[in-house]
Amino acid sequence: MATQAPAIVAPHPVTIPFREILPWVVFAGIILSMFVYFVGAEQGATSMISGTWVHEFVHDGRHLLGFPCH
Amino acid sequence: MVRSLLIRGMLAGLVAGMLAFVVARLIGETPVELAIGFEEQHAHEHEEGAELVSRATQSGLGLAVATAVFGVAIGGLFALAFAVAHGRIGSLAPRATAAVLGVVGFVSVYLIPFLKYPANPPAVGNPNTIGERTGMYFLMIAISVLFAIAAMVLRKRAAVRLGEWNATVLAGAAFLVLIAVVMWLLPAADVSTGEFPAAVLWEFRIASIGIQAALWVVLAAGFGPLAERVLGKPRVVRS
Repeated sequence: MATQAPAIVAPHPVTIPFREILPWVVFAGIILSMFVYFVGAEQGATSMISGTWVHEFVHDGRHLLGFPCH
Repeated sequence: MVRSLLIRGMLAGLVAGMLAFVVARLIGETPVELAIGFEEQHAHEHEEGAELVSRATQSGLGLAVATAVFGVAIGGLFALAFAVAHGRIGSLAPRATAAVLGVVGFVSVYLIPFLKYPANPPAVGNPNTIGERTGMYFLMIAISVLFAIAAMVLRKRAAVRLGEWNATVLAGAAFLVLIAVVMWLLPAADVSTGEFPAAVLWEFRIASIGIQAALWVVLAAGFGPLAERVLGKPRVVRS
């Protein structure tokens, strides 16, 4: 009920415009999806780096987070 | 604005990932070790190559890095979804928006795909179908997330005519029916359990759900207050 000094509070933006979000979705979205890919699928179904080290290193996490491992 | 949300999402995700690691150590490693024991017992005389990564590293540092990286990634994507959803999925405060997204995210990103293609421990699988199964799993995630977004859009549109409650029921029902159809259409998981003990398989899958649930709960609960600092507390409109 008792809000102090509401007059100096700048209006809060309720929605963030799409054009402000879009570049972040494109760049960060792609990089973060790569993170998920490396934990979830690299050197399993598909491989960008040769060998099996990544697969073996994240092995337990890949299984337990629910990704198909082998 | 989006930048600070993104950073906070990744931070909350990092903490969530580290907590998921703790849960994985507590309840996940036991069935994994049992599964590996089973695998070794039943292994034919393959040429045993030198262990590339030791079991201690796999169940320690490897697991920690995997859950942390996954947490950061999911946290960042969560923040981007939040940036879109805030103020659009309803007149919800930042913490409430984060809570809704946490539930929707856990269900659509993990639980629904899990119901079609459940997590499998080592020794349960089929090396010949790993490509197909991985593809199907990611496809199931993509469809489920897409339908969840569509359901939230539908809910908002329908709310004008039907009211909040009916619109939510309608959108939820539409989501479930469409998901059921997709699950029916997609091929079944092609894995052989063979002689693998059912109790260990059950324990492993429950552990997997527990780890993911812990991650999403900590992420959503942790991100909410952080987002509130960026967006400010909900305005009290009184005139």
